[in-house]
Amino acid sequence: MKPNEPSSGLRYLLSELTLTPIVCLLVLIAIIVVVLFAPFIAPHPEAAILTDESFSLPGELMLLGSDFLGRDVLSRLIYGIRVTVSVAFAISLIAFILGCALGFLAAVKRGWVDSLLSRSVDALISFPAIMVALIVISALGSSIPVLIITIALIDSTRVFRVARALGMDIVVQDYIEAAKVRGEKMGWIIWHEMLPNALAPLAAEFGIRFTYAILFISALSFLGLGVQAPHADLGVMVKENMQGILYETYTPLYPALCIAMVTLSVNLLVDWFLKTTDAELPDEL
Amino acid sequence: MREPNPITPVLEVKGLCVSAQNRKKQLTPIVSDISFSIAPGKVTALIGESGSGKTTISLACLGFARAGCVINAGEVKLGDVDVLRLSNAQRRAIRGKDIAYIAQSAAAAFNSALTLNRQVTETAVINGILSQEEATAKAISLYRELDLPEPETIGDRYPHQVSGGQLQRLMAAMAMICDPRLLILDEPTTALDVTTQIEVLRSFKKLIRNKSTSAIYVSHDLAVVAQIADEVMVLKDGVEVERGSIDNIINAPQHEYTIELINAAHIMPEQLPAARTPLLNADSSIALPLLRVETVTAGYGRSHKYLALHDVSLEAYSTRTIGVIGESGSGKTTLGRVISGLMNVKSGSVSLEGQPLDDAIDLRDRDQLKAIQFAFQMADVALNPRHRIGKILGRPLAFYFDLSQQAIDNRVAELLELVELPTEYALRFPRELSGGEKQRVNLARALAAEPKLIICDEITSALDTVVAKSILALLVELQERLGVSYVFISHDISTIIQMADTIAVMREGQVVAYGTTAEVMTPPHHPYTQLLLDSVPAMRTDWLDNLA
Amino acid sequence: MQRLLLGIAILFVVSLLIFIGTEILPGDVAQAILGQGATPELLENVRVRLGLHDPAPVRYFRWLGNLVSGNLGASMVSGADIGQLLGERVWNTFMLAGVTALIAVPLAILLGLLSAIKPNSLMDRTISAVSLSLISLPDFLIAIVLVMVFAVKLSWLPAIANLRPGLDFFEVARMMVLPVTVLVFTVLAHMVRMTRTAVINVLSSPATEMAILKGVPRWRLLLVHALPNALAPIANVVALNLAFLISGIVVVETLFNFSGLGRLMVESVTTRDIPVVQICAMIFCTVYVLLNLFADVISIVSNPRLRYPK
Repeated sequence: MKPNEPSSGLRYLLSELTLTPIVCLLVLIAIIVVVLFAPFIAPHPEAAILTDESFSLPGELMLLGSDFLGRDVLSRLIYGIRVTVSVAFAISLIAFILGCALGFLAAVKRGWVDSLLSRSVDALISFPAIMVALIVISALGSSIPVLIITIALIDSTRVFRVARALGMDIVVQDYIEAAKVRGEKMGWIIWHEMLPNALAPLAAEFGIRFTYAILFISALSFLGLGVQAPHADLGVMVKENMQGILYETYTPLYPALCIAMVTLSVNLLVDWFLKTTDAELPDEL
Repeated sequence: MREPNPITPVLEVKGLCVSAQNRKKQLTPIVSDISFSIAPGKVTALIGESGSGKTTISLACLGFARAGCVINAGEVKLGDVDVLRLSNAQRRAIRGKDIAYIAQSAAAAFNSALTLNRQVTETAVINGILSQEEATAKAISLYRELDLPEPETIGDRYPHQVSGGQLQRLMAAMAMICDPRLLILDEPTTALDVTTQIEVLRSFKKLIRNKSTSAIYVSHDLAVVAQIADEVMVLKDGVEVERGSIDNIINAPQHEYTIELINAAHIMPEQLPAARTPLLNADSSIALPLLRVETVTAGYGRSHKYLALHDVSLEAYSTRTIGVIGESGSGKTTLGRVISGLMNVKSGSVSLEGQPLDDAIDLRDRDQLKAIQFAFQMADVALNPRHRIGKILGRPLAFYFDLSQQAIDNRVAELLELVELPTEYALRFPRELSGGEKQRVNLARALAAEPKLIICDEITSALDTVVAKSILALLVELQERLGVSYVFISHDISTIIQMADTIAVMREGQVVAYGTTAEVMTPPHHPYTQLLLDSVPAMRTDWLDNLA
Repeated sequence: MQRLLLGIAILFVVSLLIFIGTEILPGDVAQAILGQGATPELLENVRVRLGLHDPAPVRYFRWLGNLVSGNLGASMVSGADIGQLLGERVWNTFMLAGVTALIAVPLAILLGLLSAIKPNSLMDRTISAVSLSLISLPDFLIAIVLVMVFAVKLSWLPAIANLRPGLDFFEVARMMVLPVTVLVFTVLAHMVRMTRTAVINVLSSPATEMAILKGVPRWRLLLVHALPNALAPIANVVALNLAFLISGIVVVETLFNFSGLGRLMVESVTTRDIPVVQICAMIFCTVYVLLNLFADVISIVSNPRLRYPK
């Protein structure tokens, strides 16, 4: 590498854009538009029953046909994306803020703070994630706030491990020692010295957590334990239209494909980002 | 077969070119047009600093290029065979059997999951040269020849169970198991402590001489090479600078780069530098010490379980330098950390100008923080890669002096000039600077606080000798101009003698000798000081042989 | 021995957390069972029957004691004995998981090795692209597509895997094909990617370069030099991925109407049948913890540094 060639930075990233990341970015921008403006985009209200016919074929009124109750599949998809994506985003945001803050804290403070946090996380991680979710739902019932907080908590343990490992790598660097010798406060060191160096891997980690959150919430909804009526997310739509398979319709496939489209775009983007910035995630789940 | 015709060289390299290849398949040359040959039983040294391509050449002799590199031209003839034209399988058959390699860091090069004997005998056994029993017997005799302890059983251990110096010798045994025609030694003693280096070097020399093996010896250290090599090739930036017999190179170097290398080498000065007069106050009374470390005991782990410092006392004077010398594990770095407040003491105290310093850094006030600054060994990791130089130097200014942005910019420019760097470097990132330049920034950051004392922890040991010399000169000049005091920590006694007014010799956490440079360095020495002094190779070919 | 004690300690913590999760979280169990319309008398009745008035530690140790002595109690919803409820289903689920693991683990290690040997080769890039796509797909999408093609369009295989007593081996095998395939797909991708990273880490070490320079043949390099070092990370990868297998099992059993532990648990969560949820969670977590411990033991055995400390 030539000494003047920056290995990161926005301009460098833009110069390395190829077809795949561009397509992924466009898909994600479209998704964001759908999430923000669903009521204006959807041709029909989400709950309106427009026909008596279950699983009617695509037509002018309903571009993707009707669902098992005769509602417009396209409109329901648009609202479903909105619910799934915003719930998943909330989950990953909370998980991220919590996980990063505690992970960095453990890395910087060491000693009993680290032991306490790490052991608690170890205890939570000795459960498969789905078990924690099922246990909490069986006790508290399922509602969107319960789902968001529970899954965020589960996810934050994974973020914690990544952030702690990254923090441990950074905190032993001499520039952190230099800041300590100068007499800098802990907060300043984390914010100004550590965070800029962890940004690339953390951004990638955020993408990965987001896809997990989407898949997780969809799976729960599919099991009937996630988002409850009157709301519907993509997982619920798959579940309620499953009987359609026997009538050889593609209706349950559409919401499943929407989920795959979002997660695949994010994953491909993360993959490209990791390769171009040469950032590496620590070996943690 | 091992007695080739004396006229034909063992190895002949012609027009070798190796390039680095980036992801877009563009090539940047690393070494170009290298030619040399090695006569039977002779040792040729490749000398150069980092980036000179010496390791790349030695690996190419095995037909190997590291990931991201390609050998684009030339030939490497081992006898009649061109190693570069062989198939992978043929090349594999030659490696280990005809050409053997000894890597710089044996600790990393040994497979931690296999026993030593298994690794040492592997090539002989898989090539069908020896049976497992014969190979083990031969390994044991090699261990004996290499002066390894318990030669019968050492091979049954795993790599983590033996010391670094022993591993390096075990690697030599591994290389010699098939009696190769050519041995390649890549900086085999660089990672070792000076006192260990001598023992290992002596074992290597004995082995090469007894077996009359031809060898390529790669090193950055001319004085070490002088003990073992017959021919020397000096490399710079991937091209040959000068070549000749070792006597000619060290006694009558032709090229100015070779002369520079020799002048910068870490060898003992002929005589001690003139001692500076004791520091006096204005009224010509003898000045009090700036920093006083009194009976400090400190260690790592819970409640200082693993002690790194035992009862250490020393003093540093304003505008003077105290040198702290020791090998790895001597506690010298811990001492620096205690003074700067990065580590708590178990007992004892540190005081600055008669005022006791709190050992916890967050309890020191701003003037105390300002007064003691730290310059780190690895400039690479001492500068935050995400900050521009301007920000790195500007932060201490903002932190200690509350200057306006305009004043900070001006002062940053002054600081850069002070360490002889162009002022436009303020806009660069650390990765855009060379190693020596980074070390200057590192110093400038320490100077930004206008400190009374700078702790220099091995600041030149990661640098090439020529660059290190210029940094040392800068340190001396800065002391004259600014009157700053240094605690100069190093493992290299020749550098310490050049720099220090007083010296503390440390070993296993204790100060074993302490006094002015003249006191410590005039015989009779403390036995450990003597050992350190004896371990510095002299720029003579007969130094190792004449050593008691 | 130390590991065994640690394992018991972890299981103890797990049981404690399951208990806390189900009984101490601010949900009213009695209310949950009887629904919103329950009268206060009925609620009180249920609370007394369940011993909900006892302090939490007492209830916990009573529960744990019953669990250890094999007295699993009765379902709150159907009143059926939990032991009987489980018998058949535990066996079915273990069969499903076992067959999946037998196929997925060797396949994943093989594919991971193949792509790690030559990074960025055509093989590596193909495996990497396919596994990345598979990671992105929800389990039920794979299942729906397979059912649509093989059960609905081609009618080769049944769309549901309703295992009943009295089916012969061939019928069971036919029913298992689709669920096992879906599960293999869901766990395979993660395992392949993580195995690849683990092996590449080992192969990029200076020790590997040294072995190459010693003239060690390729197969020997992989099997004798790299494998002992890669064993521990691979074992950990496999154990970690059991978490995906478990969530996959829950989804797949529901989807194929498979009579197993996962579906039982989902149904019990839906009806808030707490005792059954507790037992199911305990079984899944125990298996998970034990297999992770097993992976730990492998790392110790394969690492001389841990086997022979200095």
